[in-house]
Amino acid sequence: MLEIKNLHANINGKEILKGINLTVKPGEIHAIMGPNGSGKSTLSSVLTGNPAFQVTEGEVHFYGKNLLELSPEDRSREGVFLSFQYPVEIPGVSMVNFMRTAVNEHRKYKGLDPMSASDFLKLMREKKDLVELDNKLANRSVNEGFSGGEKKRNEIFQMAMLEPRLSILDETDSGLDIDALRIVANGVNKLKSKDNASIVITHYQRLLDYIVPDFVHVLYKGRIVKSAGKELALELEEKGYDWIKKELGE
Amino acid sequence: MMEIEQSYIKIYNDFGQLIKDNSAEVMNRNRDKAFAQFEKFGFPTRKSEDYKYTDIRSRYAIDFGMNLRRVSFPINPYSVFKCDVPGINSHLFFVVNDSFYHDPQGDTSSKEIEELTQQGVLIGSLREHAEKHSELIAQYYGKVADIEDDGSVAFNAAFAQDGFLLYVPKNVIIEKPIQLINVMRASSDTLANSRNLIILEEGAQAKFLECAHTMDACNFLCNRVTEVFVGKNASFEQYKLENTSNNMTNIGTLYIEQNEGSKVLVNEMTLHNGLTRNNIRINLNGEHAETTLCGMAIGDKEEHIDNTTVINHNAPKCHSTELYKYVLSDKATGVFAGRILVKKDAQKTEAYQSNKNLCATKDAHIYSKPQLEIYADDVKCSHGATTGQIDENALFYMRSRGISEREAHMLLMLAFTNDVVEKISMEALKSRIHLLVEKRFRGELSKCAGCAICKE
Repeated sequence: MLEIKNLHANINGKEILKGINLTVKPGEIHAIMGPNGSGKSTLSSVLTGNPAFQVTEGEVHFYGKNLLELSPEDRSREGVFLSFQYPVEIPGVSMVNFMRTAVNEHRKYKGLDPMSASDFLKLMREKKDLVELDNKLANRSVNEGFSGGEKKRNEIFQMAMLEPRLSILDETDSGLDIDALRIVANGVNKLKSKDNASIVITHYQRLLDYIVPDFVHVLYKGRIVKSAGKELALELEEKGYDWIKKELGE
Repeated sequence: MMEIEQSYIKIYNDFGQLIKDNSAEVMNRNRDKAFAQFEKFGFPTRKSEDYKYTDIRSRYAIDFGMNLRRVSFPINPYSVFKCDVPGINSHLFFVVNDSFYHDPQGDTSSKEIEELTQQGVLIGSLREHAEKHSELIAQYYGKVADIEDDGSVAFNAAFAQDGFLLYVPKNVIIEKPIQLINVMRASSDTLANSRNLIILEEGAQAKFLECAHTMDACNFLCNRVTEVFVGKNASFEQYKLENTSNNMTNIGTLYIEQNEGSKVLVNEMTLHNGLTRNNIRINLNGEHAETTLCGMAIGDKEEHIDNTTVINHNAPKCHSTELYKYVLSDKATGVFAGRILVKKDAQKTEAYQSNKNLCATKDAHIYSKPQLEIYADDVKCSHGATTGQIDENALFYMRSRGISEREAHMLLMLAFTNDVVEKISMEALKSRIHLLVEKRFRGELSKCAGCAICKE
C-alpha cells in the first residue's frame, strides 16, 4: 500500500530525512524507533503533507498514487491518518462540528451524500465508547482544556471516525499513564484489520507490548539503519542505541 | 475656511429655518448653538488624536442630498421587510434615511405602540414625541451628546430633525426586543442625520436591536447619535448589526449614562459596510453598575471599521468588561481605540478589556490602541491586545483530517468571532448571527437571509 523510496526532506534548509526506504503492506504494523532528533516525527509530517517541510528527493506512493503530489486534505481522504504527537487545540471549533465536517468531506470525496445529523451522532457515540472518551468532551472545543491523556484518546477517536487505510501514530504513548496507554492501545487494536496498516512511532518498548509490531525499524540520522522483527524493540529497550551506533562504525 | 464644511454651512444659513420648521421645538433649542460649534470645529480631521486612523471628513465631500423638507420616500418597509429570524418576534420600527416611518396601511407600528403605551411606554418618532412630551424629552435630549467635544456630533445636532424615541417608565419590563431598522433608500447620494433617545427609568428593562441596511447602490452617509439613560437597577441591551454596502459611510455615536446598579450590554457587529465609525462613551455614574461592551468587525475589500470606545468609571464598585474582535482580509483596515478611565474615587472598580484581531491577508491592517487610565488605588483592571494570523498548526491539523483549506480557514475565523456572538442574550438572534457570520466568511452574504431590504 505504501512505498517510500529514497525520501529526502528539509526544514528551513536543514536536511532531516536523508534517504528513507520503507514498504508497508495491508495488515502490517511497523514500529519506528530511534533516538531524539533522528527524524521520526519529520517522517510522519512529510507523509501527511505538513507544509513546513520540503521534500527534496525521492518518491512516496500510496496504492499507486503519488502521495507527495496530494494536498494534506486529499491524503487524508485517500486514507492516510496521523495521530499527532502534540494534538492542536482549536478554541471555538466544537468537536462535533469538526468531526462532522471531516466525515462529510471524506464522504464527498467518495461521491457519497453527507451523513444525516442523527446518523452522525450515532456514529460518534459508537466510536467514542471505543476509547472511553467522555461524552462532555464531544461538546467542547477541539482539544481545548483536554488533559494529555484525553488528547491522545481523542486522536484515536478521530481515527475510528475516519477509518483510515494507513495510520501513523506519532508518539501516541508519550505523556500517557498506564491506564490511558492501555485504553489507547485497545482502541488501535480494535481498529486493526487485514486491510489497514499502522506505522507506530515510539521511544519505548512499553507501547509495543500492547500494539505488537510485525517489523521494527531504527531511524538514525535520517535513515533507517536497521530493520527486524518485534524482538528488536526488546533489544533496544535493554541496550539503548549505542550498539547500533557502534555497528555503524561511530 | 474649510471647503468641505462650506457647503454645509451654506445649507444651514439658507435653510436653517426650514430645518427647524420640520423638527420639534425641543430639538431646535440648541440647534443654532450646535451649528456655531460645527462652524468653529468643522468635521474631525486626522490631526485629531481620536480620528488619527479614520478620515471621515473627506466622506462629506460628496455632494449629498439632504431631505430637509422631510419628503417621504415611496417605500413601505413593512412590506419589503420580512425579518425571518425564527422566534425573534420583535416590536418592529423603521427609520427610513433619517425619518421615522409611519405605516400608511395603518398599522403594524401603531398596534405595537398601543400595546406598549398601555404600560406607559413612549415609543416611535422622536420628533413627534418631542412635540407631545416636550418637558420629558427636554430633560434628556442633547444632555450627554457633547457638541463642544466633537464636530461630527455638533453637525448632527445642527441638522438632525427626527429619529427614534423609547421611554420606559419605572419598573416596566419590555419582554420582546425592540427592533429598529435604519434603512437607506434614495435615488441619489444621500446624507442622513438622525437621533435616537432611549430612556429607562428605575428598574425598567428593554432590549434594543438596531439594524443598518441600504436599499440602493448610491453613496450614503449616516450620522446617527444615540443617547441612552439607564436608571437605577434598570437593565438595557443594545445590539447593532451593520449589513449594508461598500458605498455606505456609517458614523454612529452612542452615549450611555448608567445609574446605580444598572446593567448594560452593548454588542455592535459589522458584517458589511464601506466605512464604519462607532464612537461609544459609557459613563458608570452609580455604584454597582455593570457594563459589557463588545463588538465584532468583519472586513474585506477596502472596508474600514473603527470602534473608538470610552468607559468612564466615575463611581466605585462598578464592573466593566470589554471585548472586541476583528477579522480582516484583502485590504481592509480596522481601528480599535479603547479607553478605560477609572476616576480617583472609583475604588473597587473591576475593568477588563480585550481586543483580538486576525489579519488574514498581508494587506489587511489593524491599528489597536488599548488605554487604561487609573486614578484610584484599589482596583482590578486588565487590558490586552493581540493581532495575529490564522494559526498554521490548527490549519494543518484540520486539513490532515480531510477538511479543505478553505473550509478550515472558515471554521477558524468563525471560531475566532464565536465568543462575541455568544454574548448575545437572545437565542434567536444569536443563532441567526452565527449563520450570517458563516455566510459572510463563505462570501455568500448579500442580505440577512430572508430579509429583502438590501439589494445588491
